[in-house]
Amino acid sequence: MSDHHKGDGSGVETFDARSPSRRRFLKSMGASGLAAATAPAWAQIAQAGQSQAEPVEPRDDGAPAEGEQQIRLTVNGVEHTLNVTPNAVLLDVLRDRLELTGTKKGCDQGQCGACTLLVNDTAINSCLSLAVSHDGDEITTIEGLSNGDDLHPVQAAFWEHDAYQCGYCTSGQIMSAVAILNDDNIGSDDASVREAMSGNICRCGAYKNILAAVQDARGRMKGAS
Amino acid sequence: MHNFDYARADSTRQAVSSHGPDKQAAYLAGGTTLLDLVKIDIMRPEQVVDINRLDLKRIETLNDGRTRIGALVTNTALARDERIASDYAVLSEALLSGATTQLRNKATTAGNVMQRVRCPYFRDGVSNCNKREPGSGCAAIEGHNRSVHAVLGTSEHCIATHPSDMCVAMAAIGATITVEGPEGQREIDFLDFHLLPGDTPEREHALKPGELITHVTLDAPLDNSRSHYLKLRDRASYQFALASSAVIVTLEGDTITDARVALGGVGTRPWRAHEAEAALKGQKATEATFQKAAGIAFKSATPYAHNAFKIPLGQQAIVRNLTTLTA
Ligand SMILES: Cc1cc2nc3c(=O)[nH]c(=O)nc-3n(C[C@H](O)[C@H](O)[C@H](O)COP(=O)(O)OP(=O)(O)OC[C@H]3O[C@@H](n4cnc5c(N)ncnc54)[C@H](O)[C@@H]3O)c2cc1C
Ligand code: SF4
Ligand code: FES
Ligand code: FES
Repeated sequence: MSDHHKGDGSGVETFDARSPSRRRFLKSMGASGLAAATAPAWAQIAQAGQSQAEPVEPRDDGAPAEGEQQIRLTVNGVEHTLNVTPNAVLLDVLRDRLELTGTKKGCDQGQCGACTLLVNDTAINSCLSLAVSHDGDEITTIEGLSNGDDLHPVQAAFWEHDAYQCGYCTSGQIMSAVAILNDDNIGSDDASVREAMSGNICRCGAYKNILAAVQDARGRMKGAS
Repeated sequence: MHNFDYARADSTRQAVSSHGPDKQAAYLAGGTTLLDLVKIDIMRPEQVVDINRLDLKRIETLNDGRTRIGALVTNTALARDERIASDYAVLSEALLSGATTQLRNKATTAGNVMQRVRCPYFRDGVSNCNKREPGSGCAAIEGHNRSVHAVLGTSEHCIATHPSDMCVAMAAIGATITVEGPEGQREIDFLDFHLLPGDTPEREHALKPGELITHVTLDAPLDNSRSHYLKLRDRASYQFALASSAVIVTLEGDTITDARVALGGVGTRPWRAHEAEAALKGQKATEATFQKAAGIAFKSATPYAHNAFKIPLGQQAIVRNLTTLTA
């Protein structure tokens, strides 16, 4: 299933180069657009975060068409009323309908972890989730972690430890790390962290720095609480 | 992804009636098997019945000492439950050795029981595969049959392993599956639930069309027992078993008074090794005893071109597990 594929009945809108989202994205690249274009996706996330001062507006689709279901999703604190077909996948709805493209699609089969986000504070693979199943749920994506310009401790630690190369797996890594650091059942030693994060594959092999970042963030989160 | 009608059930009865005795319908629990296979067009349900809101998320200790697990208890919640971790360590360990943190957060007890084979020829949608296309043949028998193909319980029609870790622990513990269907409620012995491929590899389990699993009830733990799950795989984490063993033993001095042994990664269903257990009971806990039992467990094994190594590996999984437990 492709992101930009039309007419497969997946309930996913197609990508249009002239759409406001595209313009907003280009604008968000701003003066240092060239640098941003070559920087890892992670850096782009941080930069987009900076210029996106206004929060994502709540979306209300109105009455559902035949074959659609109306659902309510609270994403990063904003409540949206959306009409989706039964086969619409949560990952695609967030990326293509709500234009929250921080959550990535890697394998689309539950194998890589790029699509990891939090549903009611639990980390799950959004590529193996139907949007309709999540009616009423609270969802946190990478876009919802920072507090304005203040990065979440895990984001800050990834930044400082250079815990990425291409950056494609990074938002999934960070979301898993946030869940793990908030879970008392998971040990704090390196082996436990590696095991708990093994569902987040990094093609670039940045694992050493990812582990360092997670362990560093643990200290920062303790300090904060 | 192929589209379907969607119904969300609020009660077990409603789930069963929405599903109906129709084979083109599917219950949706965590979706980690179902949606994966719908996306790659291997399963094509016309109706999906979402059971996630059903009140089947509890773990209860029954008066007779058994433990009743709701169908929708997640693999994470089950593994982390204190009663499970202390009374059924083998189950907790098996669950935590499976899949990934995110997947275990979604995966449910009943969904795990019902997961499908990982055979690449089943999943590719084009190769001959009797499970997917009954009568078409089995590409794995002459093909790549190294990691997810069995040496025990195979037939000339299918050699895929049952991939679950959780089920191996349950086979060792002993359990009962409770189902609710168009014709009412019934119970199925866990060891009778998964079917050998035989001549009908497309039939994988004992459910009748439309039946819903509501609970899995574990037998009471053996008194003063110790248990352990040992999973051997190609890498240290996040990989299906090449061979695994779930072992429960009770000891008096250095004599084994009772033993349960089940195997994963080597059988076409979660494999209870009754004869190996008999060879352990009443014997001294020595390496010679373990080796003998391990040999018996694989007496009827059939190796294929690339998986003969699973016979010694499976035997080692038994010996090493027993060595750890009786040390
Ligand atoms: C990348 C990956 C790696 C994995 N690695 C492992 C591993 O190492 N070890 C392991 O054991 N497993 C592994 N798994 C499999 C995983 O454990 C299963 O996919 C999961 O347990 C299925 O549970 P679910 O709730 O998501 O099921 P679903 O996908 O919701 O359902 C699975 C099937 O069961 C049916 N069903 C669901 N609930 C019921 C019910 N109550 N009654 C009747 N039918 C029902 C569905 O219709 C469907 O046919 C892996 C999966 C993936 C994707
Ligand atoms: S082993 Fe079973 S699942 Fe695999 S190709 Fe043969 S029949 Fe199909
Ligand atoms: S995109 Fe979901 S796990 Fe790879
Ligand atoms: S940084 Fe490239 S995949 Fe992880």
